[in-house]
Amino acid sequence: MSTAFEYSPDADRIMSVSLGPQHPGAGHFRIRLWLDGDLVVKADPDPGYVHRGEEKMSEYRNYIQNVPHLERPVILDSSGILFAYSLAVDQLMGNKIPPRAEYLRVIMAELNRIISHEYYLGILGLFVGQTTMITWCMGDRDLFIDLGARIAGARVTFAYIIPGGVRNDMPEGLQVQAFETLDWFDKRMDEYEKIFFKNPLWEERSKGVGVLSREDAIKLGATGTVLRASGVAHDIRKAEPYGAYPEFDFAVASLKEGDCWARGYVALQEMRESVKILRQAFKNIPPGPVRLKLGPQPRVPAGEVYARTEAAHGEMSYFIVSDGSPKPYRLKLGVPSFKNMRVIPHLLKGIHIADIPPVYWGLNYWPVEADH
Amino acid sequence: MVEAAQVPKTGEVNVLVGKVNEILQDAIGAPLRYIVNWGRLYSLWPVHLETACCSVEVGAASGSRFDAERFGVLEAFGSLRQCDLIIVMGTVTRKLAPRLKLIYDQMPEPKWVIAMGACSITGGLYFDSYNVLRGIDDIIPVDVYVPGCPPRAESLIQGVALLQDKIRHSTSLRGT
Amino acid sequence: MQPADSEKNAGMNAGQKRAVAKTPPVTPAPSVIEVGPSVPTKGPAPAPPDTSRTFDLADEIAGRFPSAKIDYVRPRRVKVTVPPDKIKVVALYIRDVLGFDHLNVVGGTDYIQQKEFEVIYFVGSISRPGQQDLVIQLAERVEREDSPKVPSLTDVWGAAEYHERETFEMLGIVFEGHPDLRRLLLPEDWNDIPPLRKDYVSPGR
Repeated sequence: MSTAFEYSPDADRIMSVSLGPQHPGAGHFRIRLWLDGDLVVKADPDPGYVHRGEEKMSEYRNYIQNVPHLERPVILDSSGILFAYSLAVDQLMGNKIPPRAEYLRVIMAELNRIISHEYYLGILGLFVGQTTMITWCMGDRDLFIDLGARIAGARVTFAYIIPGGVRNDMPEGLQVQAFETLDWFDKRMDEYEKIFFKNPLWEERSKGVGVLSREDAIKLGATGTVLRASGVAHDIRKAEPYGAYPEFDFAVASLKEGDCWARGYVALQEMRESVKILRQAFKNIPPGPVRLKLGPQPRVPAGEVYARTEAAHGEMSYFIVSDGSPKPYRLKLGVPSFKNMRVIPHLLKGIHIADIPPVYWGLNYWPVEADH
Repeated sequence: MVEAAQVPKTGEVNVLVGKVNEILQDAIGAPLRYIVNWGRLYSLWPVHLETACCSVEVGAASGSRFDAERFGVLEAFGSLRQCDLIIVMGTVTRKLAPRLKLIYDQMPEPKWVIAMGACSITGGLYFDSYNVLRGIDDIIPVDVYVPGCPPRAESLIQGVALLQDKIRHSTSLRGT
Repeated sequence: MQPADSEKNAGMNAGQKRAVAKTPPVTPAPSVIEVGPSVPTKGPAPAPPDTSRTFDLADEIAGRFPSAKIDYVRPRRVKVTVPPDKIKVVALYIRDVLGFDHLNVVGGTDYIQQKEFEVIYFVGSISRPGQQDLVIQLAERVEREDSPKVPSLTDVWGAAEYHERETFEMLGIVFEGHPDLRRLLLPEDWNDIPPLRKDYVSPGR
């Protein structure tokens, strides 16, 4: 806002308001809003309230010690962020991962995708006032956390996918509980669709709101459900297949409209596809070892690598430079929420205040991850 | 509570008033304190201050499986002027620290603080980061520490139960 | 293979293995769930990718810009180092002619021993078929000083805006032509040297 504006008759019409960092609707993130009555004139994101310096810290720890703190930026989807890290380190070291470990990695990654999307849909419902969605989604999410906890040992901090494979094998008899949960969950997702996505109130509030065109989505670097809801069927699991994904039969969900309703519905479709992948994985998992013996301080040959995967929030990429020592020389985290952050000021401009929650949370933006 | 020995010796009326004061305080004060504490400990409303990973476990604790609401811990999404509990979940960075102090100051008395997670107790996993406070008890007084990384939802509820115990036995009407 | 979803796949050809979800009937305009790019949904594991496509890319870039140096060519990655004053021209060529339109991330590295900073733009391709798995790493090197200056690529890829802000505050590299170059993640009262430089030691260590 220039000084000439301050003395114009319109100066006092624009009010600047801070949304966050303590706000039920924003999490640990602040958006500076300039409001003209009920309309947003300009929005400026102000991240950094949870900037914990992951990249600097990873230069002080070796490749195995990096695993626990690198999974914390997006703890909802801890396997998604670790999958990309393990891919990068395995490529640097030239590790050949055993097939059972590849299947287990996919199982955990898809379980985490469902866990993350459940949280996303639950809070999306809560932000527009439908508390049924949050109680249902938080409760159903616990069933999948149970499955993950039986495999990995902890509730949310799985730390399961590590360079060299996975940490341990899954317990015997897990398939029984898994298939029960998946069968029940299929019907449950139809209920989500009935009470939320076909709900006339949600349709009123979200159809045509916060439309992101296809060109803007590509130009601004959007990833994940935001990109796929704008008519771009781009999923790293299909575009640049990694791990055991080529062996699974699933589709990429995408819609053309690019509004809030489409972004939520794409997430629901992704959960359906994840259930399909999980069924195939649990049925066809081959026997064998699950971990390469790397030792506590694996030495990684000098070089650099750029690896990317499709985490729940979008495309997760790692750029690792190694100088031959046990600690990385440079680890650059490319987190999907940071990539999607550029869309926030673009979409919030010109909308009503009441539309801010569905638009903002609809981008599946996790402030902790964007701040890494 | 005023001890009977502190009553000045100038006149028996003062002694009588002192004794009546004692009787009244035993008769009314203790039940009054009990009622006030009972009301406070079963309606702890936390400020919605989401932080990092621990907020996911608080979300699970408020969800339908662990259901913190049956203990009165209701995530009231109103203003923080109506809240009396602040659960500092997770890492507090140097950018957030002044805001945390501001939020704590804006809450009306009585107020309690639960430090949840290793990051808010000692800095936790991020002890060597350039942007992380090593524990929040340098800036705000903490009542209950709930360790864990993140603590399970049941641990958080146990922390709330400990806080409720503390409130139940508090002797001043200010609550602290 | 997928018994529980059979009601969704009912009415489709048995040979068609792609699953298309139902759309809700309330919408007046029909919206279609598209399926992913034209790769088979399932099949034998793909053969190890060869470097022919990336060598073609490298040859095109090196042929057009003699000052560009190809660092390495891998099955899906090409790294090109250009001098900072040429980077905008090369970036426009990569975006318009080669079709790499989706900027993934911008990373800066401090090579303290060689007294250089390196800024790499990782660019993927979405709109053009056949190269969705390729990433061009467009790198530039500047001298290691207090505030080295490089041109900003915000008008080539709009997504670069926040990535360049982050590189600016973490390493101290100034991007000239950036519409709004200020700090993004660090606290407002940060008065130390940029933290990702190698001569900054974390306080806990």
